Amino acid sequence: MPLLSVDELTVTFTGHGAPDVAAVCGVSFQVDESQVVGLVGESGCGKSVTSLALMGLLPQRGVRIGGRAEFDGTDLLRLRQARLRDLRGSQLAMIFQDPLSSLNPVVPIGVQVTEILSRHRGLRGSAARKEAAELLDRVGIPDPTRRLKEYPHQLSGGMRQRALIAMAVACAPRLLIADEPTTALDVTIQAQILELLKELVDQQGTALLMITHDLGVVAGLCDRVNVLYAGKVVEAADRRPLFAEAAHPYAHGLLGSIPRLDAPRGERLRPIRGSINDRIDWGDGCAFAPRCDFSTEECLDGGLPLTLLPGREAHRVRCVHPVAAAPGDGAGDGPGNAGNGPGNTAGNDPGNTAENTAEGSPGENPEGDAAETTEATS
Amino acid sequence: MTTKTEKLDRLAELTTRTESTAGGSLWREALRRLRRSKMALIGAVIMAVFVVVAIVGPWIAPYDPTDQTWRDEVLVNHAQFVGPRGGNWLGLDHLGRDELSRMLVGTRQTLLVGVVSTLLGFAVGALTGGISGAALAFGGRAGRRLDTVLMRLIDMMLALPSLLLAVSVAAIMGQSLTTVMIAVGVVQIPVFARLLRGSMLAQAGADYVLAARSLGVRRRRIVLAHVLPNSLGPVIVQATLALATAIIEAAALSYLGLGNPDASQPEWGVMLAQAQRFFDAAPMMAVYPAVGIIVTSLGFTLLGEAMREALDPKLRS
Repeated sequence: MPLLSVDELTVTFTGHGAPDVAAVCGVSFQVDESQVVGLVGESGCGKSVTSLALMGLLPQRGVRIGGRAEFDGTDLLRLRQARLRDLRGSQLAMIFQDPLSSLNPVVPIGVQVTEILSRHRGLRGSAARKEAAELLDRVGIPDPTRRLKEYPHQLSGGMRQRALIAMAVACAPRLLIADEPTTALDVTIQAQILELLKELVDQQGTALLMITHDLGVVAGLCDRVNVLYAGKVVEAADRRPLFAEAAHPYAHGLLGSIPRLDAPRGERLRPIRGSINDRIDWGDGCAFAPRCDFSTEECLDGGLPLTLLPGREAHRVRCVHPVAAAPGDGAGDGPGNAGNGPGNTAGNDPGNTAENTAEGSPGENPEGDAAETTEATS
Repeated sequence: MTTKTEKLDRLAELTTRTESTAGGSLWREALRRLRRSKMALIGAVIMAVFVVVAIVGPWIAPYDPTDQTWRDEVLVNHAQFVGPRGGNWLGLDHLGRDELSRMLVGTRQTLLVGVVSTLLGFAVGALTGGISGAALAFGGRAGRRLDTVLMRLIDMMLALPSLLLAVSVAAIMGQSLTTVMIAVGVVQIPVFARLLRGSMLAQAGADYVLAARSLGVRRRRIVLAHVLPNSLGPVIVQATLALATAIIEAAALSYLGLGNPDASQPEWGVMLAQAQRFFDAAPMMAVYPAVGIIVTSLGFTLLGEAMREALDPKLRS
């Protein structure tokens, strides 16, 4: 049984007079013990809202939460606040994006660490201080006893994030949620922090839910990746298959828009056109369709399921005609190749051919893609 | 990896250490910035002089401020006031009392009225505002209701013109020094309450509060250990500014005849009020207490303003 099992999580912001905004519209994923799971997507796709909803940190008013999130057998979304507060910090913990603003500027680091220890582990006085020093030492902060007396602004950015990590792992939580923990840090420190997280996860057997837009972080850390778009998981796969053969055009586009050192000179990056504001409601079809190079009429049918890619064990994708990448094909070359696909190959899927050929747009045959996928993957 | 990490952190440590010798906590740094400000220096000097005089005034005053030593001289001459002269540097008042002695001794009561009433306003206002802000930010539905009730009460107080409110309080409670302090203090309550509440609400949305919540820190501790210390800055600045206002308000009450009933006891506001009747003949009698009030208010205001700048995180380097 997975440690955390999120099932059809929905978060809707309701405002006075303003139309409701569905930030998360049915996210499902699972995190096993001591597994590192990535939640990837661009700004505004619902990553952070998902994590806050799991932690019960969203405001009580103006927010509607649906679905289930089973953590060790209890549904986090239906837990009473008092119970949730006991769970937070001891079983569940979270690391935030900006280490400076996440630390209280007028309280010494030591007090902020020991308050967690006294809250969840009942440590007081010198015992708490000793444990706090050990924690800081464990996350790689030199001279921890002196650091305990210092204020956040006296620490460097990397050390602040280390202190926050120390606070988060103080009670050896079973699930750690890291919401873009390296975004506010410079690149040299990023690597150190990721290394540290990896070490802690290995040592304590903590499961890590990594929320990021940085595919480099995903590649270096995650066992399993969920790609989010407009509040839904559009692709879920283990790390290797995702990077090698991203099937959803969005995931594919994300990979294609990363600068690569081994790309030929003069080759341009391929951005995904438009922005996340150009989305349609998932009920009206694929939210990514307006930005997708392969979208067809069929994409606007709605009720798109997250389906297993043929011939795969754990590679699911929410797409009518997933991009096919030839084995060994670099991620950056994918969209170009696949772009030739539709229209070239004759449709041979018996499912819904008739309907689509009848009203399908010329030159864009969705079945072509599907057929190609089957060929490529089986 | 670990050695490299250590090295980098050592390096980071070295760079922060130079910084840490200069800075301390938020307050210590504010103090450091305060010392560099000329405005704060002037304000502090004025305030220091004011406080010292308030303490030692009765001893350094050359004459008894209530004794009408030169009564005959003034009364015989029929409103021929005696200006500054050898023995009486600031001259005599309308009853033949030494003006300088009255000014010096009056300082204490003026300061007392200012400080006590401000403390009263601060205590009650901050308590109300603090409860209200904490309840609204962390108290759920019941908290929102409590906040609404408290804030409507505060709004009612805010709706009354401050002097009118003070006059009403003074009129209801009868004339006494305590009444003056309470009346002036009551006027300050809504300002402190609104200020602290707003400040706390702003802090309640801060990242470190979310981080503390994410680690299961109890609400009471979040309010007391995290939100409150960060919210107090503007309120403390307001207190220094309010001190100046309180002195002026107290003077205004005395002026309206609602001050200390023992009119022989010197107090700047009372002196100003009494001087009004003789303004034609002896304008200086009004000028001395007026200048006293203005200068001390200026001192407090300067210090408060400098403090506001020192505590403003946006201006911090």
